[in-house]
Amino acid sequence: MIKLAIQGVSRVFIGAKGAKTEALTPIDFNVRENDFVTILGPSGCGKSTLLRIVAGLDQPTTGNILLDGNPVEGPGAERGMVFQSYTLFPWLTVEQNICFGMRECGTPERVQKERAAYFIAKVGLRGFEQHYPKQLSGGMQQRTAIARALANDPKILLMDEPFGALDNQTRVLMQELLLGIWESAQKTVLFVTHDIDEAIFMANRVVVFTARPGRIKTELNVDLPHPRHYTIKTSPEFMALKARLTEEIRAESMAAVEH
Amino acid sequence: MVREGWLLFVEFNFIHDIGMTVWRVMGGFILAAVIAVPLGIVMGAHKGVEAFLEPFVSFCRYLPASAFIPLLILWAGIGELQKILVIFIGSVFQIILMVAVTVGAARRDLVEAAYTLGASPRGIVRRVLIPGAAPEIAETLRLVLGWAWTYVIVAELIGSSSGIGHMITDSQALLNTGQIIFGIIVIGLIGLISDFAFKAFNRRLFTWSSL
Repeated sequence: MIKLAIQGVSRVFIGAKGAKTEALTPIDFNVRENDFVTILGPSGCGKSTLLRIVAGLDQPTTGNILLDGNPVEGPGAERGMVFQSYTLFPWLTVEQNICFGMRECGTPERVQKERAAYFIAKVGLRGFEQHYPKQLSGGMQQRTAIARALANDPKILLMDEPFGALDNQTRVLMQELLLGIWESAQKTVLFVTHDIDEAIFMANRVVVFTARPGRIKTELNVDLPHPRHYTIKTSPEFMALKARLTEEIRAESMAAVEH
Repeated sequence: MVREGWLLFVEFNFIHDIGMTVWRVMGGFILAAVIAVPLGIVMGAHKGVEAFLEPFVSFCRYLPASAFIPLLILWAGIGELQKILVIFIGSVFQIILMVAVTVGAARRDLVEAAYTLGASPRGIVRRVLIPGAAPEIAETLRLVLGWAWTYVIVAELIGSSSGIGHMITDSQALLNTGQIIFGIIVIGLIGLISDFAFKAFNRRLFTWSSL
């Protein structure tokens, strides 16, 4: 069942003095229900641009996006997003941040608190409900951001290099946490990253982008079993996929630097 | 000078003058804030409104409030209304512009996050722009209150029958420099106290911004 259809989406930026930058050549691909798709590519390849267009925060130059068959016009709660820079509201506590989307739709307060408590427990932040974002570490802030997006019950979760600003150990733990939530909640996720290990570990499908102007170079299925243990990262199957993707990415990274 | 100051309080009912000055400042400032803050928020949140109002507001900002005094005396007499209007004119345009700039400089990533959580444009203004800008708006008001003090004294130097500025003019006629200096110091002290009080109030209201 196709959840998200990206049809012929391209993006051309017009700079000062009319200079055109083609960020994305027309992209076509589909995300099925319960897929965890990672988009892998070098810097500047347009992967974040594509995610923003799917989120409705940017308009495509050509093409359209269909969610459950309905065209996407602007941003909305059914496409939840987690950004690299956390974007928690600094004047709200953890609990209030998580309840933000629910308050916007007028959910009764008792229900809000129950759902917030559920997701706070899911991301392991029990005891920090009344803390402000400034009092939390980077990993805790990102966990709050994930809980905030999930509490809104989106149809698809969009994540733009969410663990990019975290240290290596925290990043690995966050990957496992997110994967655990995905496995139990059966969400559909579109996840942008430049980290090959992360792309393979999290996904059941990896899409590789070329350097700018971005187009899809390769699509790979990751048939490793679930639930995934971190030790899988040194298994032969994982290493084979990693070798393959490293080759694909290297050529593109060098092309990106040469531009 | 201290003896003059003591005399002021005991024999000339200086407390009454201080009270008049404070009431005028508060009246003019609060009136300006109540009108300017919502207007500034609307200007900062909506580019269309900003484009429409900004030239007018910017121009008015440069008109010296003191220069309005003779005009206002002709139009509104030498009563309380005239003095409150002087303070109002001096404060309102500054507040509008500073609030508009603060709201306009809101973090774009927070606005985008709110959109992806299902907020409407009106919801964004109410629940992202205003709470985010609130500490800075409070600081703006604290600053402008400081300027309002200078306008009130000038208004009272000309055509007033009470207030600290009036006391200064009286003392000048009597060549009593001690009283003048004392009056100036009192103005400074009251300004300082109001500044501290405002700062403490802001800190309590917005604990999150000073974490």
